[in-house]
Amino acid sequence: MTLDSRIPAGPIEAKWDNHRFAMKLVNPANKRKYHVIVVGTGLAGASAAASLAELGYRVTALSYHESPRRAHSISAQGGINAPKNYPNDGDSVYRLFYDTVKGGDYRAREANVYRLAQVSNAIIDQCVAQGVPFAREYGGLLDNRSFGGAQVSRTFYARGQTGQQLLLGAYSALMRQVGLGAVKFIERREMLDLVVADGKARGIVARNMVDGRLESYSADAVILATGGYSNVFFLSTNAKMCNATATWRAHKRGAFFGNPCFTQIHPTCIPVASDHQSKLTLMSESLRNDGRIWVPKEKGDKRAPNQIPEAERDYYLERMYPSFGNLVPRDVASRRAKEMCDKGHGVGTTGLAVYLDFSDTIKRNGRAWVAEKYGNLFDMYKQITGEDGYDSPMRIYPAVHYTMGGLWVDYNLMGTIPGLFVLGEANFSDHGANRLGASALMQGLADGYFIIPYTIGDYLASNKFSAIDSTAPAFKEAESSVAGITKKLTGVNGKTPVDVLHKELGKIMWDYCGMGRNAAGLKKALTLIPALRERFWEEVAIPGSADAFNQELEKAHRLADFLELAELMVQDALLRDESCGGHFREEHQTEDGEAKRNDAKFSFVAAWEYAGAKKSPKLHKEPLKFEYVKPSQRSYK
Amino acid sequence: MSESMTITLNVWRQKDKTSEGRFVRYTLSGVSPDMSFLEMLDLLNLDLIRRGEEPVAFDHDCREGICGTCSLYINGRAHGPLKGVTACQLHMRTFHDGDAITVEPWRARAFPVIRDLVVDRSAFDRIMAAGGFVSVRTGGAPDANTIPIPKPVAEEAMDAAACIGCGACVAACKNGSAMLFVAAKVSQLALLPQGHAERRQRVEAMVAQMDAEGFGSCSNTYACEAECPKQISVSHIARLNTEYLRAKLL
Repeated sequence: MTLDSRIPAGPIEAKWDNHRFAMKLVNPANKRKYHVIVVGTGLAGASAAASLAELGYRVTALSYHESPRRAHSISAQGGINAPKNYPNDGDSVYRLFYDTVKGGDYRAREANVYRLAQVSNAIIDQCVAQGVPFAREYGGLLDNRSFGGAQVSRTFYARGQTGQQLLLGAYSALMRQVGLGAVKFIERREMLDLVVADGKARGIVARNMVDGRLESYSADAVILATGGYSNVFFLSTNAKMCNATATWRAHKRGAFFGNPCFTQIHPTCIPVASDHQSKLTLMSESLRNDGRIWVPKEKGDKRAPNQIPEAERDYYLERMYPSFGNLVPRDVASRRAKEMCDKGHGVGTTGLAVYLDFSDTIKRNGRAWVAEKYGNLFDMYKQITGEDGYDSPMRIYPAVHYTMGGLWVDYNLMGTIPGLFVLGEANFSDHGANRLGASALMQGLADGYFIIPYTIGDYLASNKFSAIDSTAPAFKEAESSVAGITKKLTGVNGKTPVDVLHKELGKIMWDYCGMGRNAAGLKKALTLIPALRERFWEEVAIPGSADAFNQELEKAHRLADFLELAELMVQDALLRDESCGGHFREEHQTEDGEAKRNDAKFSFVAAWEYAGAKKSPKLHKEPLKFEYVKPSQRSYK
Repeated sequence: MSESMTITLNVWRQKDKTSEGRFVRYTLSGVSPDMSFLEMLDLLNLDLIRRGEEPVAFDHDCREGICGTCSLYINGRAHGPLKGVTACQLHMRTFHDGDAITVEPWRARAFPVIRDLVVDRSAFDRIMAAGGFVSVRTGGAPDANTIPIPKPVAEEAMDAAACIGCGACVAACKNGSAMLFVAAKVSQLALLPQGHAERRQRVEAMVAQMDAEGFGSCSNTYACEAECPKQISVSHIARLNTEYLRAKLL
């Protein structure tokens, strides 16, 4: 099978317009004849389900949460980008496109990124119309702030709760359609298999998490909007239930996985305190607008931060990157923090932290000004650490936050299985090797509100669909496959809790496939992961019944998949013998310690095809061409 | 902060919606003051799993106080003793070595127990589906800056919009009333010009659905505001009442 990205012809500014005209339409009266399943109801899924229902399609939306409003999109804090140029600082669609391609270290598809920048302004309009209370200036117009990797202010925000407000907007649009009977929302269902019939995605098998029953749902197309896989690391900023099971099981049914090694480590997280930690908490990158990052110049300096005079502090980001300063992209900020700590300048009891200091801003603008902008983040810091970030600097350290990799999709957001569409963080498409801040919300909503409503119509209008329901053999086969996995899991009767094994996997991934990677470490991980996987299948303890509410069984299904995905991530990281964005191969760095790409060899998307258990996955390459933003060494100096 | 505590837990266990529940007592040692309350429950569950017993089911997800999933009644208070904090952000440093802690699910007629500490809050979704939205279709929205909104108005709308839909207000209310939850949404959309066109239908539909779900009446005790982890003010209930009267009378 050859990969066809289906990028439309023509100049980049005209591609999406041309494509929208070229795509087939479904007659309004015929739309109700089509049934679409949406799995996952975060930003991408809720916006897609609502928009498709508004068009007249019949939609069934499923979530493992009790309500769409619980999706992890809700945790996004800082904001959403759009080049409205309200601040008159020189922004444009082209500049957002340029920044995003460059920020992604030239490993994203230009055409997708341009379209993302193009539709982003309409997202802000849509959200305001829904009643999203974005921050405003005294004149009543919308306020903007800056984010990493950009020199313009293009980020719209709602205090430190932008993701919450955007999700509640999409949720309200979705619930409106539920109330109208156009969307059937089914809560507490976890997708455990994709059903492929006659070569097309035609449905899913899901587990009812309340009574344990397996349920089959058939449709004409399936949309996965199931988020990313940061929780492969166990400790990440992702919510506890975030998992890769829907995408991984679709992968095993034939959907290629794109760039699995591209993970993002976010620089401003609350440091790990001890072994009992169940997750990490991010504090918005927006803090880097007004907070200054520093470490003591002297190694192992144990003085309290306020006792360290100005001259003995190293504001290392401002020193190394005078033009971007504290607002360098996430991958750069994270790596430099690690480097400072590795050299012995780290602070706090573990030495794995750097300071984020607001004292200059408080002196300049007052505490109330800081509290209005970032109050909830300071509160959160205090609740978790018991310390006050106004009185002395906060301590921060990088943590796994986002996965740029995901299921491979073409320009229409369709995967390698016809009829399987993948939106939001679950796909690999727009962020290359590093995502810029305030771009995840933008992409999730762009995919759901403004792209899938067009592209799915083209697919439905261009194909013929045989009548199928959940009694068809493909559904029975998928159900028995899922039942088989469950039976195998509960049949282990081991003694080790799922979380204990998951933590071990997380440690392997953090040590060998985290912020810094090298061939020797990756090869070691390739022996450790299969060994851990074997132990999982011999030792895992799952009390209770599979036919009831059983959170340990849910976690076991997810970990079984993480244990397979982890190996693919390492294989991908080993293959990509270059550094780019968040993928830092220690063998490949410039004299200044920046990521050193190898465009001649690695300017491609690695799309992996599942070949079967115990078989090496097959690599397919989608070459990347840069006609507009010419690859160069990223410089934020 | 590394001293370890021993805690006695009195936890509500209930097999499923139809079974009868009961309190079960557990003694848990090795609790660190730096643990969040949910991490303490994780520790209890690891112990239970290792002993071959079924772990305590509880709802949780983001563990940073924003998703609204966690729903624990701790020592007789929604989300525990601290003000403005969800259970996931409550840390064991709030408690002392040797403390006995009672953990229950939300107690409200409209929130039936699914298992142990997990309840069914889908009534909130149905209230939202009845009217908690502005009826705009995707596409065609005017430029975002077309209607200026004075900053204080936008800020007050944001105060209301900060509701995480956890249901603490209902659990804290002796009547099991959902007035603060409903008021937060009605108030947000009544304050913003985008919500004005439908303000009348919205408040009527949401209140009617609230009543149909079996939530109790509001008797102005303000327990909801006191226990709301996002400290949403009862002044929004006053605005809901105004909106409701306006819809009914004018």
